[in-house]
Amino acid sequence: MNPEVQVAVRKATPAYNGAMNPPSKPELAATGASPRTASRPVIKAQAKDLNFYYGGTAQALKHINLELAEKQVTALIGPSGCGKSTFLRCFNRMHDLYPGNRYEGEILIHPDNVNILARNVDPIEVRMRISMVFQKPNPFPKSIYENVAYGLRVRDVKRRSVLDDKVEEALRGAALWDEVKDRLHDLAFNLSGGQQQRLCIARALATDPEILLFDEPTSALDPIATASIEELITELKVRLTILIVTHNMQQAARVSDYTAFMHLGELVEFGDTDTIFTNPTNKRTEDYITGRYG
Amino acid sequence: MEPIHTHISRQYNTELEEIRSRVLQMGGLVEQQIEQAMIALVKGDVSLGEAVIMDDTKVNKLEVTIDEECNQIIARRQPAASDLRLVVAVIKTITDLERIGDEAEKIARMAVRLAGEERPKNNYAEIQVLGQHVRQMVHDALDAFARVDVEAALRTAREDRKIDSKYEGAIRQLITFMMEDPRTISRVLDVIWAARALERIGDHARNICEYIIYFVKGRDVRHTSLEQIEKEILGR
Repeated sequence: MNPEVQVAVRKATPAYNGAMNPPSKPELAATGASPRTASRPVIKAQAKDLNFYYGGTAQALKHINLELAEKQVTALIGPSGCGKSTFLRCFNRMHDLYPGNRYEGEILIHPDNVNILARNVDPIEVRMRISMVFQKPNPFPKSIYENVAYGLRVRDVKRRSVLDDKVEEALRGAALWDEVKDRLHDLAFNLSGGQQQRLCIARALATDPEILLFDEPTSALDPIATASIEELITELKVRLTILIVTHNMQQAARVSDYTAFMHLGELVEFGDTDTIFTNPTNKRTEDYITGRYG
Repeated sequence: MEPIHTHISRQYNTELEEIRSRVLQMGGLVEQQIEQAMIALVKGDVSLGEAVIMDDTKVNKLEVTIDEECNQIIARRQPAASDLRLVVAVIKTITDLERIGDEAEKIARMAVRLAGEERPKNNYAEIQVLGQHVRQMVHDALDAFARVDVEAALRTAREDRKIDSKYEGAIRQLITFMMEDPRTISRVLDVIWAARALERIGDHARNICEYIIYFVKGRDVRHTSLEQIEKEILGR
């Protein structure tokens, strides 16, 4: 190798300095339903003794206590009917849309310590701060641009320049901008399934939410589109807190920092993802993630 | 830690059971190699020594087969929790078993070489005891693996210290022989190599015990003192 090339290589390769530690993630506290590790991360939201009843009688969630670490991904896993989607939907008051549903307990959002389940809290305001992305891509029958701008228009943002900036920012955030920038006014339905889902993420991002909820966001997508959504989730957690429900355990293992296992409306085990997938404490968790008879 | 055979997929049960029983098969072969290599050395039995050397091919083949099966399980099943730990423990265990086989082969080669020479008066007493102890340790480690028994694994790991001190004792004795009668030096050096091979086998057996603890308890106890392991695992 000639000396110039050697110098260039040396510059390009960071020298080993004996202190190249991987970036660490904060560890949640070791109380009942908090992850079982040492020092505390910043808590963005917490469910406190949360019960939920469908139609007033059927109890779908039983005394859930769970903390969401700020700017981290928390995954909810569990068999069908375990209450994970019910729990997720509590975070943006989706259940309010049907009569008779009833919450008990609290979901506190920090740092302002607001209980978003309180009657005097406006669900619309909650949904501005906590956005949701659903299982199937559900763009509005409007243009790509209008889909993203919708939340802002609801908020009475009218200035064209502000809207343009926000739409671009959200589409870039959802890794969709380069693919759609030349056809912003095409109908959203003309996009592929993976693109539609990223459009829904862009729509969710446009209102600058603090928490993003994902309800099985990739179960209707092919592996390539799934990989791009997973990559996006990892990028998004730099600026917001993410709660994701997934049936795909490998997905939970890949994208999340913390994992909660739910069963029959109860939170069975909650811990950092590394531990849950290599050495869970609870037999029911182990049975579920290893595919055994529950 | 859950029993292997309780998955919803029976095919998965079979696959895990398969790698587990193949490890035991490989272990059985290796154990036999140690035993026969020692007999070949002590009795000067050339054909037995050569049989041990031949067996090493079987051991190596088994290592490759089990490795492949583990790769398949990882690729197809994405094992988690105790299943993942089993697969990882198996991959590591077979590496140590293969090395134990290599050490036994070394002893066997030495046995073949020394067979033509004059037998020592004490009939290799220095390392016979060590050989028995080491073979027993490998047997116990495999037994702990078969029964998924952490306490037995710990008990067996503890034997490594006794083997180390027996090895040191043997070396001291052999050095004395060489000082007393320099004509024995070349033969005794060979015996020292055999003793060294046995001591290394003890280390590999201890490694296997550590993998068993990892499989059952999910704790990586490599490079940890025995006292520390006991405190953490058994709470003593």
